[in-house]
Amino acid sequence: MSASQPMISEQAQSKFAREVAKYPADQKQSAVMACLTIVQEEQGYVSAASEKLVADYLGMAPIAVHEVTTFYNMYNQQPVGKYKLNVCTNLPCQLRDGAVALKHLEHKLGISMGETTPDGMFTLQQSECLGACADSPVMLVNDLTMCSFMSNEKLDQLIAGLQSAEANTQ
Amino acid sequence: MTVTVNSVISPEAKNLLSQFAATGVQSSFHGRHINPQIMADLNGSNWRLKDYEARGGYAALRKILAQGDAKSPNDLQVVGMTPDQVIAEVKLGGLRGRGGAGFPTGLKWSFMPRQFPGQKYLVCNSDEGEPGTCKDRDIMQFNPHSVIEGMAIAAYAMGITVGYNYIHGEIFATYQRFEEALEEARAAGYISQEMGDKILGSNFSFQLHASHGFGAYICGEETALLESLEGKKGQPRFKPPFPASFGLYGKPTTINNTETFAAVPWLIRHGGQAYLECGKPNNGGTKIYSVSGDVEWPGNYEVPLGTPFAKLLELAGGVRGAAQGRTLKAVIPGGSSAPVLPAAIMMECTMDYDSIAKAGSMLGSGAVIVMDDTRCMVESLKRLSYFYMHESCGQCTPCREGTGWLWRMVDRIHTGKGKPTDLDLLNSVADNIQGRTICALGDAAAMPVRAMIKHFRHEFEAMISVATPQSAERLTT
Repeated sequence: MSASQPMISEQAQSKFAREVAKYPADQKQSAVMACLTIVQEEQGYVSAASEKLVADYLGMAPIAVHEVTTFYNMYNQQPVGKYKLNVCTNLPCQLRDGAVALKHLEHKLGISMGETTPDGMFTLQQSECLGACADSPVMLVNDLTMCSFMSNEKLDQLIAGLQSAEANTQ
Repeated sequence: MTVTVNSVISPEAKNLLSQFAATGVQSSFHGRHINPQIMADLNGSNWRLKDYEARGGYAALRKILAQGDAKSPNDLQVVGMTPDQVIAEVKLGGLRGRGGAGFPTGLKWSFMPRQFPGQKYLVCNSDEGEPGTCKDRDIMQFNPHSVIEGMAIAAYAMGITVGYNYIHGEIFATYQRFEEALEEARAAGYISQEMGDKILGSNFSFQLHASHGFGAYICGEETALLESLEGKKGQPRFKPPFPASFGLYGKPTTINNTETFAAVPWLIRHGGQAYLECGKPNNGGTKIYSVSGDVEWPGNYEVPLGTPFAKLLELAGGVRGAAQGRTLKAVIPGGSSAPVLPAAIMMECTMDYDSIAKAGSMLGSGAVIVMDDTRCMVESLKRLSYFYMHESCGQCTPCREGTGWLWRMVDRIHTGKGKPTDLDLLNSVADNIQGRTICALGDAAAMPVRAMIKHFRHEFEAMISVATPQSAERLTT
């Protein structure tokens, strides 16, 4: 992945247009969160250069875009691993092994929360309430897939499966 | 970081991930609801428009928009309903806001200045981040059209032509599902494709769009949500002015919770009186409780308001490990911001706004966090205090500084470094946050502290009286 060239693809630009169309013509800024999400989906994180592109697209000051990137927890301000794993440890999850799941992954991946494995495969993060409390332990993967009832055994299966899928694509 | 992996996620990996995704079987399709309205007959695959219509969906919208000659003055099926009649029906039904405050929905709708000549907005608050709550996710994932229909009815009642549903960023798959449902509703003509498109042969038009957050608890606060919808940091606004006069883009705006909107179609179809009779006076209808923590079967349970807590606990399979001697210690009855209640008080409560308020807590979002007799309340409070520190938006000094102070004190008590004066200081800091901030996050951080100390003071004192971290550790394990 080339991190230094934040080109926005045509596909992403058409997604931008779709988001902007949801709001009044003089309120394009309302689409900023969606646009940054589209950038992150495509590039893995939101760089300063991407913020500038989004700012230009929406007619915003770059600092106003940066305020959004830094305020909302799910935007990656630096590159992260191919799989970003967010484990909820808030109280309802803490009562059902959320912290156990996080510890298990720290041990298994050999990193502490907040870190990325040296091979760039996994970033592990503790997160606040994901809104899936009945399915605890829960883990959100790449801001999209909410994995439920993640016992240590299921975590092992998932990690092994992702590693093997990666090996198969090499 | 050296990136050595291929950044493209293979179909094999995607397929694998999907196998771990929530199915709703455990959380909502367990068949242990009581007289469900929103969750009735759902199975996970019947979320599409045709399924919703087969369950009687969009009949309420058709009913209010119907035009023709009445055979009798009460024949609403033929004459439709005026906006005033819709609001009167919602008031009669005793529907109260399901997001946390429990404010009467019909009354809120009547605050909207219907004759305001400019644009007005309807907003659905689906930023479900209150720890313990996961009902709106399942409503939107498995019955999205109930929310769309409810919003269309509300828009009609208030003369609103544009609406947004702001969805918690963490449930992005549900946001995508809701977008799909919107496309279906547009194609079928239940909501407008283009600005001004009339719905079902009436003069009413309503455009509805989905929007999403991206990880900020504070955006569940309605004015922070409006700021976020405007593309800014989610920092709450001073009230007044209230959103009904100065809301999204400075225009009159009504904001309701997802479950509130989802309740409306049933209420309109069956009438306010029938809805009221499902619950109890002043607490009409059913409520979806998200039961989490130390129960056998955590999940969403839709039951009539006024159902005894003991019954709800039974539906969730009782306290986990009861056969091994585990007993109920405490319950946080309405999401993490609600004051904790000891088991003895909780077992006497019925699950409705008034009963829980009388017991000294609040029904909030209906998130019931159950704790068994092995739980350390200091440790529990420590986790909650960390959360409020993390999520304070930083705007008001008492909250920004106070939430960190609270967490540091609870943390030092938990690690055996607490001082005898800490409990009074905790209460004092909580007192000086509560009621002194722009929004309710400050109150939400303070209330759990005060309630935990009030009901479980001995646990805090026991940890403070021990001298070393090691001995404190023994107490927590």
